[in-house]
Amino acid sequence: MNHSNHVVSSAITAEKIADSSVVAPDAHAEYALALGDDALVLAHRLGEWITNAPELEEDVALGNIGLDLLGHARSFLTYAGSAWNRSEDDLAYFRDEAQFRSRQIFELPNGDFAQTIARQLIVSAYFVELYRALAESSDETLAAIAAKASKEVAYHLDHSVQWLQRLGLGTDYSRERMQAGLVVMWPFVDELFRADPFAEALESAGQHGVAVDVTALRPAFDALVPRLVVDAGLEVPELPAARGGGRGGIHSEALGPMLAEIQVLARAHPGATW
Amino acid sequence: MTTPGDSGARETWPLWEVFIRSSRGLSHVHAGSLHAPDETMAVRNARDLYTRRAEGVSIWVVRASDITTSDPDARGEFFESPQGKEFRHATYYSESESVPHL
Repeated sequence: MNHSNHVVSSAITAEKIADSSVVAPDAHAEYALALGDDALVLAHRLGEWITNAPELEEDVALGNIGLDLLGHARSFLTYAGSAWNRSEDDLAYFRDEAQFRSRQIFELPNGDFAQTIARQLIVSAYFVELYRALAESSDETLAAIAAKASKEVAYHLDHSVQWLQRLGLGTDYSRERMQAGLVVMWPFVDELFRADPFAEALESAGQHGVAVDVTALRPAFDALVPRLVVDAGLEVPELPAARGGGRGGIHSEALGPMLAEIQVLARAHPGATW
Repeated sequence: MTTPGDSGARETWPLWEVFIRSSRGLSHVHAGSLHAPDETMAVRNARDLYTRRAEGVSIWVVRASDITTSDPDARGEFFESPQGKEFRHATYYSESESVPHL
């Protein structure tokens, strides 16, 4: 539209991290890689909606959210890679399933639109709290990535809440499917707020104030999301928590095929550019 | 009168016209149209479709069916009437030599 008022952004990007001389300390890199994997896996899932959403406008909305998350993933992976002289692509394309540290909720299949919205609601509420806290990190790069991501995930939460309300308060059929989506995703809420081993490693190494203690974020989630669900005419599922283990490389059967799709081109043509 | 851009019964969501203000002090300018189930979602869809490259600081949406348009078939009587009425332009005034820079 009007490119004349385009402003050169001061926000952090993967390119700026790569071009800088910043080198992540090893334990910081391990933690950043875990956060990056969460964002990368979910970004791909959202990308799967493009051309498949209920309306063209929703293709773009979910695609935009996916691209925001891909931006977070690129920044975290680039920063992590600075510790080991590896690029974001090295880390995204040339690690196997057991080396991915993403929490399991991110890799779960999209299901129908309501199921995708259920996940996006849960994880956006989590990300809002996570990045708000991480923006105060003593690691300046992690803090800058989180500060930029904070504004984006706040919009993702808004988008999810809008749809939660419309599906929950729409027709009997839309309510039924929204409830079914919540039932699929809810058992994976617990894992999001379990202690992060890579954050604990930073703590035990005496590096306080770098990572976020996600166990402390649960009360804020519990104060917000169940109320949103109830206000949308839905029920908060009461289900046992899934086993989890994503941070330790334990994944559901959904991640392998997804990684194959993400990685096949880069592995078939190593070093190719396009 | 037909609604601009309406493609008939295939639509499940109503059509909205989107107006974007690119910066403070300028007017909202028509940017395009989109589908959305209601006005709240229309603003969000407009944000995603038309402000991805920092094009705007404000969004208006108007339900396309709420816009009353001139009739494209009535172009003659509506828009061709001013032809031959050049006196409506301010070109018939003589300039005073004593007033410079007019």
